Amino acid sequence: MSSTSGENTGGGLIGWIDARFPLTKLMKEHITEYYAPRNFNFWYVFGVLALVVLVIQLVTGIFLTMYYQPSAEEAFASVEFIMRDVEWGWLIRYMHSTGASFFFIVVYLHMFRGMMYGSYKPPRELLWIIGMLIYVVLMAEAFLGYVLPWGQMSYWGAQVIISLFGAVPGIGDALVEWIRGDYFISGATLNRFFALHVIAVPLALLLLVVLHIMALHEVGSLGPDGIEIKERKDASGKPLDGIAFHPYYTSKDLVAIIVFLIAFSAVVFFAPQFGGLFLKPANFEPANMLKTPDYIPPVWYFTPYYAMLRAVPSKGLGALLMLLAIVALFLLPWLDRCRVRSIRYRGWEFKVALGVFVVSFIALGWLGLQPATEAIYIYAARFFTALYFAFFIFMPLYTARERTRPVPERLT
Amino acid sequence: MSEEAGLSRRHFLTVATTVTGAVGLGFAAAPFVASFRPSARARALGAPVEVDISKLEPGAMVRVNWRGQPVWVLRRTEGMLEVLEQQRVALADPESRRSDQPDDTRNPLRSIRPEILVMVGICTHLGCAPIERFDVSPADLGPDWRGGFYCPCHGSRFDLSGRVFANQPAPTNLPIPPHRFLTDTLVLIGEGTGASA
Repeated sequence: MSSTSGENTGGGLIGWIDARFPLTKLMKEHITEYYAPRNFNFWYVFGVLALVVLVIQLVTGIFLTMYYQPSAEEAFASVEFIMRDVEWGWLIRYMHSTGASFFFIVVYLHMFRGMMYGSYKPPRELLWIIGMLIYVVLMAEAFLGYVLPWGQMSYWGAQVIISLFGAVPGIGDALVEWIRGDYFISGATLNRFFALHVIAVPLALLLLVVLHIMALHEVGSLGPDGIEIKERKDASGKPLDGIAFHPYYTSKDLVAIIVFLIAFSAVVFFAPQFGGLFLKPANFEPANMLKTPDYIPPVWYFTPYYAMLRAVPSKGLGALLMLLAIVALFLLPWLDRCRVRSIRYRGWEFKVALGVFVVSFIALGWLGLQPATEAIYIYAARFFTALYFAFFIFMPLYTARERTRPVPERLT
Repeated sequence: MSEEAGLSRRHFLTVATTVTGAVGLGFAAAPFVASFRPSARARALGAPVEVDISKLEPGAMVRVNWRGQPVWVLRRTEGMLEVLEQQRVALADPESRRSDQPDDTRNPLRSIRPEILVMVGICTHLGCAPIERFDVSPADLGPDWRGGFYCPCHGSRFDLSGRVFANQPAPTNLPIPPHRFLTDTLVLIGEGTGASA
């Protein structure tokens, strides 16, 4: 039987499979002969860590659905049942709730890595866009999941987020009623959110993750120098500055995974509520539609956008601003006009701008957690919202006139 | 048949098949989209409710649940009605032009009978429940506060007719549900006398 060079020509079980399914070929393409720059630093572990969290969420989520009851009458009690009566239920539930926050921690760091080293620049625009879609779907998944325990924060958080759709001109009210499936947020809403959270959105998320990795392996990993290793290859066609993903990066990632799991376990076992940041105290009270909590802050990973929403004294504009804040990130590959990718060789303009962006994102995140009564917080939120958007709006200008340093031909 | 005619025929068949398939997909999607709308049971539970106001003292407020929304029925005092007129200039929409209410309540007092205010207690900003603050000049709301409703979520302030003050997060006045008086002491909430505005 003839076989192309990439396949295992041997006999045995692997040979039998290879004649029927590209097992060895896939292993080589994506793992043992996928070459990545040899100088990946600490920032390059968060993609793999995001996959680890995804697996944690899928496994713990499946076990939670075995006891959770998605009805307005029983949801809250069933979560308490999981916490108190199900063997190890508390651990599975805390792993899932902590996993949600850790998902955003690693995704935010992964995105920041991309911005620092220009991972979104040509030819990686589609890779960046797929990644941004993952981020948006992840936000939807987190929001849907937060409603399921049917506590006070679940209920009123859902109220705030769903009513944002009321800002859509013309069809707003009808759209809100359609999303809720009732004249108020009720068991009907909870039930559909459960279906979306455990089936529809995870399927979309998995598909996007596969597309993200396929796109990455097509264009190749960039590395902190922002140099294409594919441009310099040895006689056998292997990149001179590349090393195989396995065993070199799998062993490096293993260290990162262990460190990550230590941090994750520390939170799960010693601070699962994380001072009210990961789980709000008000959510330990059952949902009551006639009593609004005094203060409804979203979970920490949404607070930057929430601060923007509150900064504008108009509901429609506030919602539009939130939407634009996310859309702006999608446009990054086209807003950035500088041809140098990595921050290592870019001018001071981009370094300052990125610093301003990070500071404003974190400041908005903090402001979004504060109560709405202080005028100073509103003015601060307006200031940092302006800075956030200035980063994007003026990007074509300051990146075009950037004085960059020469990029070396080989990795440093 | 010439090759060109064959090609254009093939092209037509491709387009026709695609369009038919797309229309079929649209029809097939309709039941799924429609299934998201409130069910027959939800619609039945959204029926109007009656409120007996015979025992409601002046200055007192009751809450009833209509379609899962808190509806307030407040019997305002003479003093409360006077304050409303004085604060008119500070309001965002004093005439309730942009706000949601039935036609027969589109007046400064936003009520059918001057003293009886029937209102949905959901902030028009993001759906929180405002708190009744009938106290005058409390420490947290400042010396200018003459009584009204205050939303704890984002700080929107409303007067005793549920009209929002200018420069608040809430865009419009609190909504008035359709309602009518069945007798002198019985209000029906959820069904009005005429068209809603």
